[in-house]
Amino acid sequence: MAAITTTPGAHHDDVDPNASFLEKKGLMSWLVTLDHKRIGIMYLISVTIAFLLGGIFALLVRAELLTQGKTLMDADTYNKMFSLHGVVMVFLFIIPSIPAAMGNIILPIQLGAKDVAFPKLNLLSLYIYWFGACFGLYSMINGGVDTGWTFYTPYSSSDPAHGGVGTATSVIPMTLAAFIMGFSSILTGVNFIATVHKMRAPGLTWRRLTLFTWALYATSIIQVLATPVLAITLLLLTMERFLGLGIFDPRLGGDPVLYQHFFWFYSHPAVYIMIVPGMGVVSDILASFSRREPVGYMAIAASSLGLALLGFLVWGHHLFVAGMSEYATMVFSALTFLVAIPSGVKVFNWVATLYKGSISLQSPMLWALSFIFLFTIGGLTGLFLGMLAVDVHLHDTYFVVAHFHYVMVGGTVMGFVGGLHYWWPKFTGKMYEESWARVGWFFVFIGFNVTFIAQFIMGSRGMPRRYYDYLPQYEIFHQVSTFGSWILGFGFLVLMVMFIRSLMNGKPAPRNPWGSAALEWQTPTPPPTFNFVKDPVLTRGQYDYQLATDDELYEGFDDPLFPGLRGGKAPVKKAAAEGDHG
Amino acid sequence: MLSFQPVESDNFQLPPSMADTAPPIDKAYDFIFWFSVVFTVAITAALLYFIVKYKRKPGVKPEPTGHFMKLELFWTITPTIFIFFLFHAGFTGYIRNATAAEGATEIRVRGKKWSWEFEYPTGDREPGELTLELGRPYKMIISSEDVLHSFYIPEFRMKRDAVPGQYSFIQFTPTKAGVANVFCAEYCGTSHSGMLATVKILPPAEYKEWEKKLGDCQGGAEECEPAKWGERLFVKNGCTTCHGAGGTGEIGGSKSPGPKLAGLFGRDENTTAGPVHVDENYLRESILRPNAKIVAGYATVQMPPFVMKDKQLDAVIAYIKSLK
Repeated sequence: MAAITTTPGAHHDDVDPNASFLEKKGLMSWLVTLDHKRIGIMYLISVTIAFLLGGIFALLVRAELLTQGKTLMDADTYNKMFSLHGVVMVFLFIIPSIPAAMGNIILPIQLGAKDVAFPKLNLLSLYIYWFGACFGLYSMINGGVDTGWTFYTPYSSSDPAHGGVGTATSVIPMTLAAFIMGFSSILTGVNFIATVHKMRAPGLTWRRLTLFTWALYATSIIQVLATPVLAITLLLLTMERFLGLGIFDPRLGGDPVLYQHFFWFYSHPAVYIMIVPGMGVVSDILASFSRREPVGYMAIAASSLGLALLGFLVWGHHLFVAGMSEYATMVFSALTFLVAIPSGVKVFNWVATLYKGSISLQSPMLWALSFIFLFTIGGLTGLFLGMLAVDVHLHDTYFVVAHFHYVMVGGTVMGFVGGLHYWWPKFTGKMYEESWARVGWFFVFIGFNVTFIAQFIMGSRGMPRRYYDYLPQYEIFHQVSTFGSWILGFGFLVLMVMFIRSLMNGKPAPRNPWGSAALEWQTPTPPPTFNFVKDPVLTRGQYDYQLATDDELYEGFDDPLFPGLRGGKAPVKKAAAEGDHG
Repeated sequence: MLSFQPVESDNFQLPPSMADTAPPIDKAYDFIFWFSVVFTVAITAALLYFIVKYKRKPGVKPEPTGHFMKLELFWTITPTIFIFFLFHAGFTGYIRNATAAEGATEIRVRGKKWSWEFEYPTGDREPGELTLELGRPYKMIISSEDVLHSFYIPEFRMKRDAVPGQYSFIQFTPTKAGVANVFCAEYCGTSHSGMLATVKILPPAEYKEWEKKLGDCQGGAEECEPAKWGERLFVKNGCTTCHGAGGTGEIGGSKSPGPKLAGLFGRDENTTAGPVHVDENYLRESILRPNAKIVAGYATVQMPPFVMKDKQLDAVIAYIKSLK
């Protein structure tokens, strides 16, 4: 395999190979950087702001539903709140969260590379994301949208200003925002695929990639293949609304169900853009905190690719009651069930990894274990919805809302926050307080379950989603759910304070605080600009705990060229380290 | 007069079962529910057991991971077999419910922002209330006059989108007398959550009584005073979802999508077709052809046209006149 190898001589002259990537100061050093870690951190800050914004919208939605009738706001405002919650969380937070933020920071280091394959393209992706976000903000300032994040036609495309029957809100800027941000997603995908193929360090064979890398690789394929379909769909919607081109609106000769096919042809694969990276994070955390290679390494890697492929074949399950033929529903139901197989394979292998491991329940592990539990519930409730007869009853009720929150929050957000806890010491160089981390985790875990279990029950009892008001028999469930959202919000508040405290006066992080055998933990903390002080050559896998010595696990691999760069206690001489550097 | 007891459900997770379509779905639901419970408990128990048993201890090394081909095959193939059963359970129930009984009575269901209208085989239209005969097979022919809606009766476990430009269908036979709910399950704008209707399922004898007065006011002389009947029609037609309860022009303290009706009668209004004196004829035209003369400032939300019998129109106009 022709991995690109470089020598220290190929470094740029103005970069000190020993200096931390965080050393350069000043705004411009960030805005024009080509360093994948700095770009990743800017993504991280951006998606965190989006998450807080989307979270505030969510808390407002829940607060409005605390009592029957009007609690805080009128119906139009409520409809905008839930729409903006969805748009912000999906397009601004969750899609770029793990791949663009965490993937950018970690992926090249895990590959033993100096950077991604196309650093300038990487910076361009970030600017495109910001440019798209500006359109989103413009739409919000302009009154927002009340279409839901799905922009279903003809409600979204039929403008009353031109005699239509739809919404009068600011739809075009918001769809353009999603359209533009799609390009950011595509470019990141292209970049990651090229990086994984061409930038691996010598000795880093495909079988030695981390499962996080495999997950990002699978995700990138979906991003590149599916996102253009969203772009076309949103462009057609904009043309219909703006120019009166009849594509989806039956008054103009269009077909509204066609829009749903187009939309979900992207947005179902997008579900895997959201969840597969989270699965990758969990696989890596489980390995590090059980000190064991994940059981079924190839099965987990293959199931990521399997999910990426199957994700393209199941979009029709969003249309079981929308007006598809009985034959089409049958085929889509059968294909949907296939998704359960790779998902199940992952869960079983994760659980088996714990067996005879050496398990430490530090905070990143708490998030990874929560992921397994919550994703199991999210996945199994997906089977309810895949069963045709049951879906007819549950479709568009709160059951669906609870189901996808168990996958997206119980899965992706747990993976995202877990990954943040896991890699935080590496890229900030600071530790956080474990006790705060545990308190925050506890409130998030409890609050999340209280919020969404109540929604499962009211959903199966018939409560439709996107309702401003509801019948009296659903009030108790709404109240429990809103109460849960406050616990959940409090948990995230604790975590935010914890991370800020860590940045202000956290203890310096050692090179390998968790005792992991993966490559990113063997380089100094925080890593130098080109990630390693010496180009790594891999002689063993990143999960080969049985081949690593205790000293390596705690101190990072010995580096005879730059012994002073090791964090923690003084280096211990050992014969085994000869020619065995990570 | 008829009295309706709320029907109790015998399953905490599901609404009461009131049509022949519900039991196959409940059976499938129970099957997948217990299947999921078993899996969740097993996985969680294994997780917790391993966490406790293999907690990191000084001097104890983790066991290197080996290759477990048989185990991998086991947990790939076993779920594959399970999902065949799940698919089968879901599909048979679905196909059973997708087939109409011979000679089913056809009722047209029209969704519009934000009300449901039901048209019986006689051509009579009833808004906001669907009356059915116990034990009689029905087929609903669902359509929409504006945006997407979804016709959902939780007690029947049936749901189908109302799509503008096409028809969709559901069929069922009510099996229990009582009251059920119609929800709109596809988001359709401001008063989506107000787009409700009631289903009344009557035993055959009572249904015959009701059928005789279909399209007329049902009830005693006092309840059928024009303004009183008009008020009920006003609510059932969903007028309150745009004009506010009692035509106050306010919903939840904010300006409603449609103009205020209280005190409107006898006033002069500016409309898209010039100034208008509000009299019986203007109200009649505004109900039958709402977009002919739209009050200034309300052009962004369009009212769907309503079809009513003259008697019903008289009652609604009498009610609007009575609003001060």
